[in-house]
Amino acid sequence: MLTFTIRRLLLAIPTLLFISLVIFLLLELSPGDPLGDVPLTVPPEVKERMREALGLGQAWYIRYVLWLKQFFWVEPLHWFDQVFGTSFSAGMQRVISFQSRSPVFDVIAQRVPQTLTVVGLSYLIGVLIAIPIGIISAYKQYSWFDQLGTFVSMIGFSMPTFFTGVVLIIIFGVKLQWFPSVYDTTLVVRDWDSFLAQVRQMVMPVTVLALYNAAQISRFMRASMLNNLGQDYVRTARAKGLSEKTVVLKHVLRNSLIPVVTVIALGLPAVFGGAIITEQVFKVNGLGQLLITAIHANDIPMVLTLTFIFAILIVLFTLIADIVYGLLDPRIRYD
Amino acid sequence: MTERQEQLNTQELIDETAAPAAVISDLPPDNPQVAGGETRSQWRDVWRQFRSHRGAMVALVLFIGVILFVAIGPYLWTIDPTYVDIRARNSGFTAAHPLGTDQLGRDMLARLMAGGRVSIAVGLTAMIIAIFIGSLIGVTSGYFRRLDAPLMRLTELFLALPLLPLLLLMVTLFREPLSQNLGPAMGVFVLIVSAIGATSWMQAARIVRGDVLGLKEREFILAAKSIGTPSRRMILRHILPNVLSPIMVAATLGIATAIITESALSFLGLGFPPDFPTWGRLLYDAVDQMALYPSRVILPGLLISMTVLCVNYIGDGLRDAMDPRIRGR
Amino acid sequence: MKRSVISVLALFAASPAIAGRGTDGELRILYWQAATVLNPYLSTGAKDTDPASMVIEPLAVVAPDGSFQPRLAAEIPTLENGGIAADYSSVTWRLKPDLKWSDGTPFTAEDVAFTAQYCMDPEFGCAVLQEFEGIASVDVLDPTTVRLNFSEPKYPPLQAFIGGRTPVLQKAQFASCLGAAGASCTEQNFGPIGTGPFVVTAFQPGDVVQFTANPHYRDPNKPAFATATVKGGGDAMAAARTVLETGEFDFAWNMQLAPEIVAPMEAQGKGVLVASFGPMVERIELNQTDPSPTLPEGQRSTMARPHPFLADPAVRKALSMAIDRQLIAELAYGPSGMATCTIVPMPTAYDPGNNDCLQQDIAGANALLDDAGWTKGADGIRTKDGVELRLLFQTTVNAVRQDEQSLVKQWWSEIGVATDLKTIDNAAFFGGDAGSPDTRQKFYADAQMFTDAFYIPDPASFLNKFVCDRIPTAENQWQGQNSIRFCDPAYDENMALLHQTAEASKRQEIAKEMTATLTADGNFVLPLIHRGMVSAHANSLTGILANGWEGQLWNVADWSRAE
Repeated sequence: MLTFTIRRLLLAIPTLLFISLVIFLLLELSPGDPLGDVPLTVPPEVKERMREALGLGQAWYIRYVLWLKQFFWVEPLHWFDQVFGTSFSAGMQRVISFQSRSPVFDVIAQRVPQTLTVVGLSYLIGVLIAIPIGIISAYKQYSWFDQLGTFVSMIGFSMPTFFTGVVLIIIFGVKLQWFPSVYDTTLVVRDWDSFLAQVRQMVMPVTVLALYNAAQISRFMRASMLNNLGQDYVRTARAKGLSEKTVVLKHVLRNSLIPVVTVIALGLPAVFGGAIITEQVFKVNGLGQLLITAIHANDIPMVLTLTFIFAILIVLFTLIADIVYGLLDPRIRYD
Repeated sequence: MTERQEQLNTQELIDETAAPAAVISDLPPDNPQVAGGETRSQWRDVWRQFRSHRGAMVALVLFIGVILFVAIGPYLWTIDPTYVDIRARNSGFTAAHPLGTDQLGRDMLARLMAGGRVSIAVGLTAMIIAIFIGSLIGVTSGYFRRLDAPLMRLTELFLALPLLPLLLLMVTLFREPLSQNLGPAMGVFVLIVSAIGATSWMQAARIVRGDVLGLKEREFILAAKSIGTPSRRMILRHILPNVLSPIMVAATLGIATAIITESALSFLGLGFPPDFPTWGRLLYDAVDQMALYPSRVILPGLLISMTVLCVNYIGDGLRDAMDPRIRGR
Repeated sequence: MKRSVISVLALFAASPAIAGRGTDGELRILYWQAATVLNPYLSTGAKDTDPASMVIEPLAVVAPDGSFQPRLAAEIPTLENGGIAADYSSVTWRLKPDLKWSDGTPFTAEDVAFTAQYCMDPEFGCAVLQEFEGIASVDVLDPTTVRLNFSEPKYPPLQAFIGGRTPVLQKAQFASCLGAAGASCTEQNFGPIGTGPFVVTAFQPGDVVQFTANPHYRDPNKPAFATATVKGGGDAMAAARTVLETGEFDFAWNMQLAPEIVAPMEAQGKGVLVASFGPMVERIELNQTDPSPTLPEGQRSTMARPHPFLADPAVRKALSMAIDRQLIAELAYGPSGMATCTIVPMPTAYDPGNNDCLQQDIAGANALLDDAGWTKGADGIRTKDGVELRLLFQTTVNAVRQDEQSLVKQWWSEIGVATDLKTIDNAAFFGGDAGSPDTRQKFYADAQMFTDAFYIPDPASFLNKFVCDRIPTAENQWQGQNSIRFCDPAYDENMALLHQTAEASKRQEIAKEMTATLTADGNFVLPLIHRGMVSAHANSLTGILANGWEGQLWNVADWSRAE
């Protein structure tokens, strides 16, 4: 397993470089213009000047190599300087956003806290409720619990968050006034009151997202459990006189987790990607909102950096998933 | 079909020696395949089992109802869904407009029927494309070790690509050639369906692969392999049926996602013309008017949920019916 | 027009005296598009310039009626007070004495001269360079007097340093940001030191800006609020909800929402909508060249191929007559829009005043097309010599615009014109990407609809968009602004004349004639709606004065909270 991990990590480097090139070319080729938001009154000559000031006058491969250098060399140097107080990166250009003309990583760092608290927490809650629901639904297939679970999760999944979010806002934000409809990113948790305020503003976005995630994961959990409950080894285990609890929670659950691990491993990088629509509905302004506004503004350095970090996480988590498969089912080997 | 089925049946008799013992012991004594089986095909058996699944039958009837509603409905209710009648705007449920009208006086019943055609067609087609690509890549990369690395790196690439610029690029490149060759409506349909399909197969591929990796090491597969079953039959007869349930779940969820993604595309100006209704779009447009005219969100929302629920129950029923271990019950 | 006057009067009546600086607590503002940078020289979007206008100020602003109002200047330069040179070759600004920056240092003419130099640096890529066009040099005559010298007489002479888009920056702060270095001066661009009522305390780009009152602001009693927050995110509907229904915010910007949705929200009594009317007009442009996809690139939408039917004046006139502009205004805009027949509605002295188009005339349009030889076929679509009246009508993605599109399509179908609708993502439509087929300039459609405006109360630069050499072509990378490909030597002559005319009444005469050529006489451009910028504010907020020329926060110093 160790050699497999090392080999995969080494293989990840060319893969990621290739992915970054494809993303860059995709952004280059897709229609749109970083100056698309500039008012119509600005004449074309001025736009041309602005375009050059953004460095768009150079050929694409030069800009790509420049970005690679900034991402892999200047940024790490800058962090090193930050930590140790050195000045290796002095005078070097960091990755700069077209929109705000500020270092991309500074903006990302501002967005990470609210994304992790809202999207991350909702994912965690989603997983925590989905797995027991999936297990019970499968174990008691076609019971009222299973039917209700199916009904709620399918409705939860087929209703888009732009709809459920607004429904929650109208009921709990406008009519009952229990929770704020606008997420305050400047809120600092210092004492009990500010903690309560933080909880109140998180309730609605977390609920919407957790429902959506739980719906998806519980379906996979249930299906996979069902698939395994009928297998011979279950009968063998029962015949051996093992308790029902041990059979279900130890043998069946372990074997049923493979597809669920896959879904979760695909979902965790998405936590970093934020939740574009939910963030917009509740004005959370996390990484999802950052990405979508950057895409609309054709802020190539921002989009490229965000999606590339996303790509790194995907590669990492698929590797983790592959390793977990091996742990869950020792027969799976890659060498 | 039947001829091929016969062949397969015969083959199964041979294969059964390699199949897990439970399957054999579970087979009812009057199993047609054992008893000679010219009269009852496997599919009839599946159907018989399916019929006994109450939820699936109700879902099937409802689903056929929805299909009839959108397919036959427009011939019976002939108001043009894009016809603007300002005098009748914001009308409630009346005889002239059974489900009311929208803010421009367009008939909601006609719009829901026209919208359903597109949404169901897009949902089903995009889902089938995504599931097909996903299962193909998942099974291939899980089963053939040599193809695993390249295919999974490809999957990672697709997962990492930012969806929006990709869709924008596809639309820019292909909208005009497709609409010139296939006509505007069909061109956009093909474009949307392939765009959604091509960008949503990755989850299915990863899930299927994970399951196949585990299955591949099971005893019955090893046994089948040891008697020299060729890879193609291995995959079709032994691997695929055993990964069917996660595929079914992915398919059900895929329809819901495709219907909603279609509305997101039209919202970005990438989908059908703006006056062309679809369920997702009707829902999206009505969100702002939710407090005033709740029926405008409830109706398309209900239809989307109902379609997805129906597909889910039909999928459940199919899965149960096709599972030989349950079939006997 | 009447509605906006009424709302302005209502506000005047409610405006009380301000108790003193910082006595009214926090001012909470919601901009559903979030600010990304607080330097208007880098970004001219209202989402950025409006919050910036709370901090940095220009020498003068444009008042609601289109006149100039001094801010940092002691008075507006005129011919009479000698501020404008008799030959229009220079403008001399006298500044208010004893002004201080928010860091306590004195504000001087040096700062004004520096700001001009900052924007005009060729390496910098200034977003408002056009306003500084023609300035040859800037002389600091004394600490409170600065003179802008033009390379040749300039009409109108007052452009730079007027309005929130060209505020004065502090030389001491921005000295290291000249030229190419300017783009990455993050600290300065995120927290400019200003003379305005507020000081930036924290800025998270794309999310939120926080301010406190400026201790050195020139009026000791203002601003009434101790702190202010400009939050971004969400959409117009959500923003309206926070002000009109939940009361979480005091002010929300740009509420382009259907009137029937907003009216019940307003009726709850927590807040009201205010529309400020400037020169914004929603218009339909008719392509004068053939955009047919069957033509090869290089011929499509170029002057080599005149449009098969929109080149016919009768067709253009009929298309205009079929539209019920008043109904669009009523259904889609409510108090935020008025039907209009001109593309230069303000200042009113430039409005040609021909309002015939306001009356929809389907029968007249049908008769006109009959007379011109366009006959209806079996499918109800008119044809002539094998050319069918079928057009592709494109606009940006926007719920209100899609309703307008559907209405117009319906009316055009009633005069035998078939319409296919298309929507395009905002960024693709307005971005000038030469590789994209969907840009406004390429205009690969027969008709397109969008809103356009100008900032200085003089339409010369706006009308200049329609001269022959501004036609977008493959040669100029599809960058011209004359997207309808209108080319008329008489119009170009008038344009040249306008550039050399000083006298106001003559300028108005010429501009009216040019506007009429484009609209009522030629129907190359079909004006639809004179749009106002709509914002929502809580009833407790007073002092808001609608101004269509400036950003919505232009007089935030005067805002206060009523009891």
